[in-house]
Amino acid sequence: MVAKSFKLLIIMLTLSFILSACGGFTAEKDADSIVIYSGRSESLVGPLIEQFSADTGIQVDIRYGDTAELAATLLEEGENSPADIFFAQEPGGLGVVAEAGLLAELPEDLISLVDSRFAAPNRTWVGVSGRARVIAYNMEVLSPEDLPEDLWGFTDPKWKGKIGLPPTNASFQTMVTAMRQQWGEEDTRLWLEGIMANEPLFYEKNTPTVAAVGAGEVEVGFVNHYYLYRFLAEEGESFPARNYFLPAGDPGSLVLVSGTGLLNTSQNQEGSLTFIEYLLSEKAQTYFSDKTFEYPLAAEVSPSVDLPPLASLNAVEINLADLADLQGTVQLMQEVGMLP
Amino acid sequence: MNDAHTMIETPNRTRKSVRWPSLRAVVMLWIPSILVAGIILLPIIYLVLRAVQAENGLDLILKNTTLLTILRTILLAGAVTLISATLAVPLAWLTTRTDLPLRRLWATLTALPIVIPSYVGAYLIVSTLGPRGMLQEWLEPLGVTRLPAIYGFPGALFILTILSYPYILLGVRAALQNADPSQEEAARSMGLNPWQTFWRVTLPGLRPAIAAGGLLVALYVLRDFGAVSVMRYNTFTRVIYLQYKSTFDRSAAAILSLVLVVLTLTLLYFEQRTQTKAQYYTNAINAKRTPKVVKLGRWKWVALTFVILVVFAGVIMPTLNLLYWLVRGVLAGEVIPGLWLSTRNSMMASGLAAIVTLLAALPVAIISVRYAGRVSKTIKSITYLAFALPGIVIALALVFFGANYAQPIYQTLPMLIIAYLILFSPEAVGAVHASFLQVHPSMEESGRSLGHSPLAVFRKITLPLIRPGIRASLALVFLTTMKELPATLILSPIGFKTLSTGVWGAVSEAFFAQAAAPALLIILVSSVPMGFMILGEKQPHKT
Repeated sequence: MVAKSFKLLIIMLTLSFILSACGGFTAEKDADSIVIYSGRSESLVGPLIEQFSADTGIQVDIRYGDTAELAATLLEEGENSPADIFFAQEPGGLGVVAEAGLLAELPEDLISLVDSRFAAPNRTWVGVSGRARVIAYNMEVLSPEDLPEDLWGFTDPKWKGKIGLPPTNASFQTMVTAMRQQWGEEDTRLWLEGIMANEPLFYEKNTPTVAAVGAGEVEVGFVNHYYLYRFLAEEGESFPARNYFLPAGDPGSLVLVSGTGLLNTSQNQEGSLTFIEYLLSEKAQTYFSDKTFEYPLAAEVSPSVDLPPLASLNAVEINLADLADLQGTVQLMQEVGMLP
Repeated sequence: MNDAHTMIETPNRTRKSVRWPSLRAVVMLWIPSILVAGIILLPIIYLVLRAVQAENGLDLILKNTTLLTILRTILLAGAVTLISATLAVPLAWLTTRTDLPLRRLWATLTALPIVIPSYVGAYLIVSTLGPRGMLQEWLEPLGVTRLPAIYGFPGALFILTILSYPYILLGVRAALQNADPSQEEAARSMGLNPWQTFWRVTLPGLRPAIAAGGLLVALYVLRDFGAVSVMRYNTFTRVIYLQYKSTFDRSAAAILSLVLVVLTLTLLYFEQRTQTKAQYYTNAINAKRTPKVVKLGRWKWVALTFVILVVFAGVIMPTLNLLYWLVRGVLAGEVIPGLWLSTRNSMMASGLAAIVTLLAALPVAIISVRYAGRVSKTIKSITYLAFALPGIVIALALVFFGANYAQPIYQTLPMLIIAYLILFSPEAVGAVHASFLQVHPSMEESGRSLGHSPLAVFRKITLPLIRPGIRASLALVFLTTMKELPATLILSPIGFKTLSTGVWGAVSEAFFAQAAAPALLIILVSSVPMGFMILGEKQPHKT
């Protein structure tokens, strides 16, 4: 009995292996299809990708993952990467892949579809949608009048124990990088130390930070704006957190982008460029505005939710691909005890 | 403990079994074992290749914070292992040997927490037991406005214990089913009460299984990233990962990962020290008898309460919380995408991983027992080396080798299964090895002397005897593959969605209802094979 089932197992196993291996060989992609490595999750962009295939007839194979991990994958794959497109949640991952010389230069007319501050200066990637840094606050204990004009206000001791932030999150770290470029090292350190003196609570990402603000675990959270709309969709208008855009226009209301780049080794440059163009078309930009509650960056689509206009938000010019800067930020955050 | 050694007599058999293998053994056992070890060494080779490119390697390791982080990690691993064993051993005994009501239901349920992805488990704990979680809401009328923060060591300890005690549980259950009850019966007839019998006879016999399971728990803590991140306890893996994520410095990450390998080697050394030269099989060659059911009597309710508490924390609470996410989202108009394909993929990948890993583990376990010696021990140790490495490290190693040297199978199902094999081999090796220790070599020898081929002896005699270990191996690998994430994301055939990738993609963007559905399915789908496996077990006979 055992012996028989054991034999059966081995046979099944061998068969399935042969079958799947054949699958591996025969799954040669047809020349018209494109392969995307997407650091943006399926919940966010899945429907849009399907729409793209329906509209253009270009078949898309997509691998979802974490932006940093996909960037590492691309680095390890090097010239043998099967990917045509890297669609990243934040520019850090794009920057490191570009620096390794793996991204192709995009055509000028594509880059010029967005404001120059939302694309790489060396044209290796272009921003697709934007999110603003905001203060999420618990409206049961605070009203907008209670909130300060700028980020420095939160170094006031009255915020002790009331601030939540995700120090390991790429967007938060980018905000600190922007501070260093706008304010300089010394002021940034002062601000970080001021915040640390208020004993902030650390969270892993934006999502748990917003959740903690809603639960009243903290009163304010330093996050990206669009997570709130997810909570409102899941829990209804009674979810007690709201966004506050800092009016002073310092790095606290910085606009960050998700972006996309084309791999040098892509066998289907034409289809890939069609995809990038599509992302910047009115249809896709409207999708980002309506469905992911992000800032559209092109085609003059206006944000759908009650957001302040993009132009009124901070226009810091920082080269997010600059690794030395990222390392400096991490080091500074480590020195003040915000990162392990 | 000393009493145990008088019962478990010291062998001269292990000496005798150190022998030069026959040609057949070389082909059937040694070559496959060496191959398996070679595959599992790939990530280590990759790490060394990356590490030598680093400029400031030693500084990294010698940094004060690094040493402190290592200590903090060891503290957590030790505490989780200890408490896991304290939970798992009684649970295993209660669900194999006693007249606990609904015994087999509890046997199935107590194994399930291991399928819950650790970051999801941690999220759920925070939203239930956090400072302003559900529990606090219920207590609000009593004037409780805030619970003490669960973050840090206590939270990490709690969640990791709940998620990893099944490693010990499954192994110990297998050992209990394999153990010959005649020793316990002899002890009882010599006047020991059931309690003394358990401490002096049963427990020492379980030592290899507890040590093997405990090792897996400790290594799991070393490698976990999700739970410690949500709980914000800075273990070594979290530090490596964060540094990599922020600075993309692969060489620095590789050096720090190698420190994890060194930690693993240290733990392995201690685990092997627990395996004395004692013999864990009995000399009774006659067919093993099934043990008698232990009547719990008035302790039944205490035992039941204990089991229900564990099941509540590990299965019921997470399930209710996920259901709440699901219902809340659906009521608010969230659309839940179909999950049939993901379920099928998860089942297939996990099933294949369980079988392949078992097949790879068998020769390694056999040589480590039947040809005990330095070489076989080294091979067995190698299968553990990658277990403490975060999944992403193993995934990237296979990306490096696969994309550049094995293009035809790169990002195909076989490649993914190889990744699972590297990730989970110790689960199978440990379980099968512990089972083998309980098989008397002369059983096999007598089969040989009757003229059967070694393969026939293996099938007809050994295999049935180690069946509990095989079951434990299949269960562990299946369950842990169900929740595996980093390798699945990066190495699966493109577009291959599983339940765990579905949970991750949704929860990271706060699509809670969309995350809850696949998470519930992971638990549900895993309980089916677990249930069947438990039903197929040999039952203790009632008197």
